[in-house]
Amino acid sequence: MGGITSFLQTLLSTVQDVLPIATILFGFQFIVLRKGIKNPGQILLGFVLVLFGLAFFLQGLEQALFPLGKLMAEQLTAPEFLGISETANTAGENWHHYLWVYLFAFTIGFSTTIAEPSLIAVAIKANQVSGGAVGIWGLRIAVAIGVAFGIALGAYRIVSGTPLHYYIISGYIVVIIQTLYCPKQIIALAYDSGGVTTSTVTVPLVAALGLGLSSNIPGRNPLLDGFGLIAFASLFPIMSVMGYAQLSEWFAKRHSHKQAHRPGE
Amino acid sequence: MYQLIRHLWGSLKESIRDLTPIIIVIAFFQLVVLQQPIPDLLGLVTGTVLVVVGLTLFVHGLKIGLFPIGESMAHDFARKGSVFWLLTFAFALGFGTTVAEPALIAIAKEAANIAATGGMIEQSDRARNDYADGLRLTVALSVGAAIVLGVLRIIKGWPVQYLILGGYIGVVIMTMFAPPEIIGIAYVSGGVTTSTITVPLVTALGVGLATSIRGRNPMTDGFGLIAFASLTPMIFVMGYGMLL
Repeated sequence: MGGITSFLQTLLSTVQDVLPIATILFGFQFIVLRKGIKNPGQILLGFVLVLFGLAFFLQGLEQALFPLGKLMAEQLTAPEFLGISETANTAGENWHHYLWVYLFAFTIGFSTTIAEPSLIAVAIKANQVSGGAVGIWGLRIAVAIGVAFGIALGAYRIVSGTPLHYYIISGYIVVIIQTLYCPKQIIALAYDSGGVTTSTVTVPLVAALGLGLSSNIPGRNPLLDGFGLIAFASLFPIMSVMGYAQLSEWFAKRHSHKQAHRPGE
Repeated sequence: MYQLIRHLWGSLKESIRDLTPIIIVIAFFQLVVLQQPIPDLLGLVTGTVLVVVGLTLFVHGLKIGLFPIGESMAHDFARKGSVFWLLTFAFALGFGTTVAEPALIAIAKEAANIAATGGMIEQSDRARNDYADGLRLTVALSVGAAIVLGVLRIIKGWPVQYLILGGYIGVVIMTMFAPPEIIGIAYVSGGVTTSTITVPLVTALGVGLATSIRGRNPMTDGFGLIAFASLTPMIFVMGYGMLL
């Protein structure tokens, strides 16, 4: 019974989310563009599917994955599990006790990004637009590796206590350098992938990890550190997607180079 | 109907594949690293089934509903040729999808509590509500402005990198001057604005516009709207913190 009420609540909040968007779309369609829609039945069905799909998805996450994931983040960061004394103010020197935490950060960042619905949407579109040059899985894996690396590094930063802005500023510098050298077609897509990662699935689990880590280490600010992890999760995919494009370009060049030489041999 | 079911069956298999990594990670850490039994196995299984079904329905609805409408509207606006209405639509879409976003409402409330305990505003319900509403409005305005700027960029064909890098420099400079309490909230507000429904719509709008306007490449010019929408809230929110 409780499951049904909480599902209805999720459905209601999804409706609240979709309703203003639908109003704007159809309002402009009929008042400004003054045109009928092609396949109105299908579009409407699409909206209904999105509505129910999102409600099921969020409900399932709340019921299954989030509680367990949050519990694990707490247990993994607890001093008893890590084998360090709770009073130690030397967390910075104990950083290597946290290896499981970094591995958890990496794998949870990777796997939640693969399941992120907005990233699936952007990947489908990029694949269509590029005529198949950008692979759906290629892009998703590139973004997921970026998030995984970002969150693992972010966890290390919380443990070691180094200031956030050093990382962010050097990250931006790397992004600027990569922008100069990577294929021009990928730049906009790479910047976009930074924004799509911090969404439905990733944020709650990553925030729980940040909270667990910083509340168990003296001198850390739980609120600021949790946000820091999310900032990392949106910075590193930009680098990994540009890196992915640079690598594919390099492979393509080497390949065509080889082929060009073959007839002469 | 038959076709719908066949399509859904196909995407169901993909959804299962999309979710397998999370299940492996959680099972591995729970059973091998923490060596603990899985609590409430039934709830976990039914929840996972819900997630799989939900993702399947969502992705299919995206393909038959959100993508086509976003693209056909972009196309119609380009044919209508009125920049004013296109930009009005862009602003309404950015503002309207953000102002009611549940994640943003939650964060604004949280931010008001931090500001009240930090002594930035008065310790009263009214001051807190005003602060939260102001923050929400700021973020929604910034996303509206972002989509307008992004659409203008597609029309004019400006390269995306100068605008984004300029924005980054703006963020870095403002970070130095903004009150420390607001910085974390500013960074996170850039992330929450891009919700699961906004992203596909805005992407379809950008790509549709770049396809319909002559001389624009959908790959170089069509993307980038989301990047703007996650960058401007940081600048606007830090500005909000500095003004108060």
